[in-house]
Order: sequence, then structure tokens, then C-alpha cells
Amino acid sequence: MRTVIEFRVESLQRLDPDGNAVGELPAFALDPDEVLRMYGAMTLARAFDTKAVNLQRTGQLGTYASCLGHEATHIGIGAAMRAEDVLAPVYREVGTQLWRGVTMREILLYWGGDERGNDFSGPRADFPWCVPIATQTLHAAGAAMAFKIRHEPRCAVATIGDGGTSEGAFYEALNVAGARALPVVFVVVNNGWAISVPVAAQTAARTLAQKAIAAGIPGLQVDGNDLFAVREAVSAALERARGGGGPTLVEALTYRLSDHTTADDASRYRSAREVDDARALEPLLRTRRFLEKADRWNADRERALLEECAGSIDAAVADYLAAPRPSTDAMFDHLFANLPERIREQRIAARRHAGTGGH
Amino acid sequence: MVEAIAMAHGWEMQHDPAVVVIGEDVGANGGVFRATQGLQQRFGAERVQDTPLAEAAIAGVAIGMAAQGLKPVAEIQFMGFLYPALDQIINHMSRMRHRTRGRLTCPIVMRMPHGGGIHAPEHHSESVETLLCHVPGLRVVSPTSPARAYGLLLAAIRDPDPVMFLEPTRLYRASRQEVPDDGRALPLDQAFVLREGSDVTLVSWGAMIAETLQAAAELADAGIDAEVIDLATLSPVDAATILDSVAKTGRLVIVQEAARNVGVGAEIAAIVAEDGLFDLLAPIRRVAGYDTVMPLYRLERDYIPSVRRIVDAVRSTVADSR
Repeated sequence: MRTVIEFRVESLQRLDPDGNAVGELPAFALDPDEVLRMYGAMTLARAFDTKAVNLQRTGQLGTYASCLGHEATHIGIGAAMRAEDVLAPVYREVGTQLWRGVTMREILLYWGGDERGNDFSGPRADFPWCVPIATQTLHAAGAAMAFKIRHEPRCAVATIGDGGTSEGAFYEALNVAGARALPVVFVVVNNGWAISVPVAAQTAARTLAQKAIAAGIPGLQVDGNDLFAVREAVSAALERARGGGGPTLVEALTYRLSDHTTADDASRYRSAREVDDARALEPLLRTRRFLEKADRWNADRERALLEECAGSIDAAVADYLAAPRPSTDAMFDHLFANLPERIREQRIAARRHAGTGGH
Repeated sequence: MVEAIAMAHGWEMQHDPAVVVIGEDVGANGGVFRATQGLQQRFGAERVQDTPLAEAAIAGVAIGMAAQGLKPVAEIQFMGFLYPALDQIINHMSRMRHRTRGRLTCPIVMRMPHGGGIHAPEHHSESVETLLCHVPGLRVVSPTSPARAYGLLLAAIRDPDPVMFLEPTRLYRASRQEVPDDGRALPLDQAFVLREGSDVTLVSWGAMIAETLQAAAELADAGIDAEVIDLATLSPVDAATILDSVAKTGRLVIVQEAARNVGVGAEIAAIVAEDGLFDLLAPIRRVAGYDTVMPLYRLERDYIPSVRRIVDAVRSTVADSR
């Protein structure tokens, strides 16, 4: 027997849990203002997330998928992308979406049961939240195909969870992206748990990055709690894609510190000890330590930042809570560009029956 | 018909640079039925792309392209191969406009051969239009002649919403008709009255139009004057044309190749029962495929409603009239 092909999977870390640089930092990490900007965005994502969970707990928001612990991955992806690139997210990428200009009001509207939340005022071409697992990876591949056909220097980024890598659509997306050298980057946000199923029960593969190998595309791991590593890896993948080099799979290793959603109770299937261990590695802490060591951060600045976040969050929440409930016409609006006659009749009937149901 | 389909693709690709064609074997091979014949040579391998062999990918990639401004025409090689793509079609394609409040849309045509009668292998002869007609946000269209294939496909490509375009496999090469390549579309959401009559309304679609017209001719010899309506758009149904016809004839027989249970015929019968019951002189009848699996080809002609079954149903309907 002769060896036809061998593979290896590399893993990138630029910031250790104590906030020390590992190896040579990329240029953006040497620019304190840029790091502060990203740290501010991570902090906002966490504060907003906490608020959203509280709103759900007090009956003011529907089921919500928390992003607690994913902030470095989310902001690292966002900061690596250009405004004209498009994002095809899962339902948890709050940080990336905030970075790209989706508003907190829109996020709350969506989870508050209102489709208007998907009508992003900022990134108009970004795909909406995607609940059917892994399906969004194909949309990103299709968007990338459109950019390639039109010779536009734009890329698509799809995020997907660790559980999503078990779906067929994920493999179809990697395969078609590789076969056509599409300008797309797939980021597997491996947070350890697909609701109650750990990665080890999901697949025999030692890494999820190696799923790229069968599709003939590059795959690598990054420390997903390391803002610098995520941004560096995704930036490099995007630049290669933009230059015609084809797709990349980036596996970001992080941890879901929250329940799967507000409808979940993670204590049923994982130990408090495991969560505590993971909390020691969480991303805000190490970014803050990095900044403190560089003498760019202190308790006063932290307090001021949190106050600033709270102010903008409170304003968005007030705006969300004041948004009037849509009329029944919203069920029919935008179903088609031109609503067929018999559905128009139903729109009229729905107005007549409006308010006659439960709450 | 298949040449008319290729011609419609060609016209629209020539006049609208946003139109792209994707699917399995649509490129060098021109499609297994030749419905995309010559397009790749004419418009290049970027705009006419063979995809990897993966139907969910065809639908999902089409959604991504459409949301970013292209107008994909995607071929599913046979309707029986559609099922892996349904997740994408139902969960995303049909509702992208709705859930983004019109921000992102899916002007996509999913073309696929529909129905049996050509001695094809297993899974190649399905008539499962009901699966698609039940999905809010989709249009389902089926042409029954070369001219209607040309005009309806142009309309489907130009429509700003997703259209499932079901091409009757056994009509692909059944008849020849001169079709001018003039870029003129036919209207969607509108049925076509192919034959006027006063005694009974026959509603059908797809390949069954051939047997239905033949039955109408035989019935005419027996003194029964049948009106034949080609549904053309299976969803949303053009109820007005059917109700007007039933108001005139007082009798309705629906002919479909698909299994009878919860078929499009059931919806038409329900519409007439709700909005046209008092026009009826006799109970509505359906002539349909059986509620069985589409058999392998030795029995397919016993599954597909025959001219005799249609004629018998109409005779019974006339005999049962009040």
C-alpha cells in the first residue's frame, strides 16, 4: 500500500487565557484603539445578551438563544469581514450581527415574535437568522456563486454550530464551494454542545476542521475564545477567498456558557464543574487582561463602558417594547410580490376575525 | 415541447443578464431531456453551470444566488429526486420574502419533469404536485403544449417569486408546434379554456390534458359537449375560470394523474362545493391515479387514468344529474 494523501489539522492561538500574547500578534492586535473597539463590541454583546435573557424571564421576550461565551468568535468574525461581504448566520450570532449593524431593536423584535426584526436596516444583503440547522451554509455558497459570476470582490461567511456539521446540507455546501472555488468561509462555532449532545457523541472525527479535508478545501482550528486568533484566521481565509483561492473551513473552539435557549435547562445534561472550568477560559476576561497589561484598561474605564452599554440597551429595549403589534395584514404582506386573489380574500377575513383568538 | 423550453431559456438569458441556469447535467449535456440544449455553448459555463449531484445544494445555492440578485433557473432531473431539496424550498425559498419583509427575495424557477408514461425506471415517474401546492409562498405551474411551455416558462422566470415548473415528461416530445421566439410570456395564475362546451366541465393539468381532450372528442361523438380547462397554474388555482365554467355546465369532472388522496383535484372540488354548489346538477367526480405507489412501467398505463376512465366518469356524471 502506498500513501495517496495525508492530512493534518493546525490550531491557532494568539492570546492565552491570562491575556498573554502567543507568538507574533497580527497588526490589528497591535493597534490599541482597534482592540478597544472590539472589546467594546464584545462587552455590548454580553450585556445585551444578559438583558435579552432577563426580558424572556420576565415575559417580555419569546424564547431566546443566548450567545454567552461566544463573544470572541462573534466579534472576530465580524471584524474580519468587510461591510460588503454577506453573513449567513445561525440563530446565535448576536455579536457578529451587532458588529455588522443589525440593531438591538431588530434582534429583540425577531425574538419577540415579529418578522420586522429580520428586515435589517444595516446589512441589507445579510441573510436572516436561520433556524433549520445547516441550511444557511448553502445560501452562503449560493451568494458566493453570485459574487463570482458577477466578478465582485465580495465574500460570504456562513456560521454553523458543532451539531450542524452532522447535517447533509453542511457537506453539500463544503463540496460545492470547493468544487467551484467559491469565495466563502465556513465558521464552525464549536461550543461543545448541540442542546444536550456533546461533540464526542456527534461524530468520531477528532476535529470538526477536518471535515474540510473530504471536500478538498483547507480547514483549521482556532481558539474561539481568543479574539485575535479568530479574526486573524477568518481574515486570512477571506483574503484568500477574495483573491480567487476558494473556500476555507474554520473551526472556532468555544463554549456555550448558557443554556441552549431560554427553553432549555443545561443542568440536566452537564455538570456545574464543567461549566465552571469553561468559565475560566471565557473570552472577555482574557481580552480585558490583555488590555490591562498594555495599560489601556482599568476598573473606571470598565465601569464607564458598562454604563454606556446599559444606556444604549435600555433605549433599544424601550423602543422594542413600544413597537406596536403588527396588524393581521402582516401575515399576508410579503408572502408574494402580488398576493393571489383567493389569499386576498383571506386577508380580509383575518381582519374581521382579528382579536378573537387567545393571546 | 422540450425545444420550446430550451428556446425560452435562451430568450431570457439573452435579454436578462441576471438569469443563470444550474442543475445536474444541464451544461455540456444540455439536460437529460435536452431542455437546456446549447445554452452553455451560448452563454458560458458561469451562467450555465453543472452542479454537484446534490438536490438540496441546487435549491440552497439557488436561494443564495437569488437573494443576492440573480434569477436562477434550476433543473431537478426528475420530480422523484426533489425530496432532498424540499427542506430548502419549504423552509427558505417559499418564505424568504415574507420573513425578511421583502428585503431578500427568491425569484427562482425550479423546473422538473413530472409524471409517468415513458417507461422510465423507479422514482422517475412521480406526480407529487400536492407536496408543493400546499406550501404558502410557492407558485406551481405546468405547461401542456410547446407554446404554453415557452410562454409560461418566460412568465415563471420573470415572476419575482419562486415558481415550481412541472414539465409533463410524456409531452416533451409528444407533439410538434411552431412557436415564435418572440419573448412573449403567458399569464400565470390563469387557467386556459382549451375547448368550450356546455354539458360538463373537465379540469385537468399536465400530461393528462392529452387524455382529457381525447375523452372530450369521444364524448362529443356521443352528444355530450365537454368544456376542457387546462389549470396551468396549479397553485394558486384560478377559481374564477372554473366556477364560471361550472355555472355554465352544471357538472364537474376533475382529471389528475397524481394519487387521489388530498390531491389538487380535492382542492378544486372543495372550491366548487363552497362557492358553486348550487350550480351543480350532479355530484363532482374525480378521475385520478390510485392511492398507491406509482408502479414500475409494466403497469404504469393502468395507473395513469385512461381516456376510457374519463369518458365513463363523465357518462356517470351526466346520468346522475338531477
